[in-house]
Amino acid sequence: MMEELKVHTDTMTAEPGEPLAPGTSDTTRRMTLNMGPQHPSTHGVLRVVIELDGETITKAVPDIGFLHTGIEKECEVKTWHQAVTLTDRVDYLANLSNNLCYALAVEKLMGDLEIPPKAQWMRVMLVELQRIASHLVWLGTHALDLGAMTMFFYCFREREDVLRIFEMFSGQRMMTSYIRPGGLALEPPRGWQQRVRKFIDAFPSKVDEYENLLNTNPIWMQRTKGVGFISVETMLDLGVTGPMLRGAGIAWDIRKSEPYSSYDKFDFDVAVRTGNDVYSRFQVRMEELRQSARIVKQALEGMPEGPWTANAPHMMLPDREKMKTQMEALIYHFKIVTEGYRVPAGEAYQVIESPRGEIGYYAVSDGTAHPWRVFMRTPSFGNLQSLPAMIEGALIADTIASMGSMDFVLGDVDR
Amino acid sequence: MLPDPLKSHRTAAALEAFDSAAILGGHTDRDELTLLIAPERIAGICRMARNDLGFIRLSAITAVDWLPAEPRFEVVYLLHSIDHNERVRLKCRVADGQEIDSVTSVWRGANWYEREVFDMFGIRFRNHPDLRRILMPLDWEGYPMRKDYPVHGYKYSYPSDQEGP
Repeated sequence: MMEELKVHTDTMTAEPGEPLAPGTSDTTRRMTLNMGPQHPSTHGVLRVVIELDGETITKAVPDIGFLHTGIEKECEVKTWHQAVTLTDRVDYLANLSNNLCYALAVEKLMGDLEIPPKAQWMRVMLVELQRIASHLVWLGTHALDLGAMTMFFYCFREREDVLRIFEMFSGQRMMTSYIRPGGLALEPPRGWQQRVRKFIDAFPSKVDEYENLLNTNPIWMQRTKGVGFISVETMLDLGVTGPMLRGAGIAWDIRKSEPYSSYDKFDFDVAVRTGNDVYSRFQVRMEELRQSARIVKQALEGMPEGPWTANAPHMMLPDREKMKTQMEALIYHFKIVTEGYRVPAGEAYQVIESPRGEIGYYAVSDGTAHPWRVFMRTPSFGNLQSLPAMIEGALIADTIASMGSMDFVLGDVDR
Repeated sequence: MLPDPLKSHRTAAALEAFDSAAILGGHTDRDELTLLIAPERIAGICRMARNDLGFIRLSAITAVDWLPAEPRFEVVYLLHSIDHNERVRLKCRVADGQEIDSVTSVWRGANWYEREVFDMFGIRFRNHPDLRRILMPLDWEGYPMRKDYPVHGYKYSYPSDQEGP
């Protein structure tokens, strides 16, 4: 056992330095630096072992798994209905995106479900608000790491508005579980339109504020321009997705290429930049904030009328009022809560564009009420794998900027 | 052998033409193409799919434990082509203890996914550059995602779970 533990700490292959003979200069020795697991710039629990030659990084080895909570394993002992709550906790800054991906995967397995337009548009609106909230956390913390403290307060001010909207819809600020297989969990609350309109009307001017503070700020530009370069081929090879790839000139967005939940009915542009550095990733995400605001506005103005869940009483919990007056509703409620609903045997891989990149849920059913396997292809896991390629050969001082531009969430990496 | 309905499918037909002995079967389910590949030929099929068919992205690698079926595991490769906007699922059936070739030489991104499959299911990948546990601690015993592994683990199990697999 001791032997194994020793291996665990020796992630690096660097030889321990021999004591130097007196009188010789120590100019060629490399230094191994342990960054994390508790490092403020990772905003989670990530350990990176870095080998340094002077100020240049010669080798970097990420060590992950500190936040592993066995979510995929736990899905297998829950019912399909209960597992929604676990998807919230995968990427805790993009809960609704994970809810949506899971819901779409289960709906694909169910086969004949027809999700009404209102539910689809509402889903689009909510995940775009989620994208705004997630990008705001990224922008605030990324700028804070690079010394721009004002941004943090600005961003969290607006994020709070979004979280209040989520609370209005679902009763929860973060772990919403609002998008469920079959539709939405609850009827949209009275007065949501005013709330969302108030936010979305004001938001574009807020993005202007952020850009005024950062876009031409000399310190910001020096710390981000030309930093964190990684070639497009390497990125594709390593499984990088999302804004990082779009910052390198690849106009690939799953919302356009494989539209889900009626995204094809919305008018928006894919944000692409070609700089392939921290600054262009920043620009891509700023543009995405504006585009998301555009989508939310369209959803708000064109929201269809009608039901907010599919006509699937065996899947969706009935209305509380109906349970008191209708026998069938009571029976369905009892069946869903005690044994769950059955999902036809088969498998489905559903991908969506989350704020961080490609989320994929690979759901396998054996025909019972419990998932046989739910695999979560999380964007942060794929993106983080490119960290060594990005920072090796660069200066140690740029590590924080590079890592910030990846926008990983450690819960999403470790699941 | 490729079933007849898939003979006209561009990707399936191209892979069959490349190495017909590697394709053990396939089907389209819910508009998603799945091909069953012989485990010893997976690396060649993946290389061909990447270089000639445009599947430059590996979305993920995962596995499914079908206990008590034999062979027990399915290793699942989720491929994606940005150019053709197409996704393919390749599957290999492997028994407990059977090794399978690593595809890290095809996509470098396979590295962490194969480590995760090894960590969670105990499936070993031949020629993998760094096959260590990735999510669990290095001194962990057992493979948590196997179906015979109790959800609470062995250390903190309830008495009824103590018998083990």
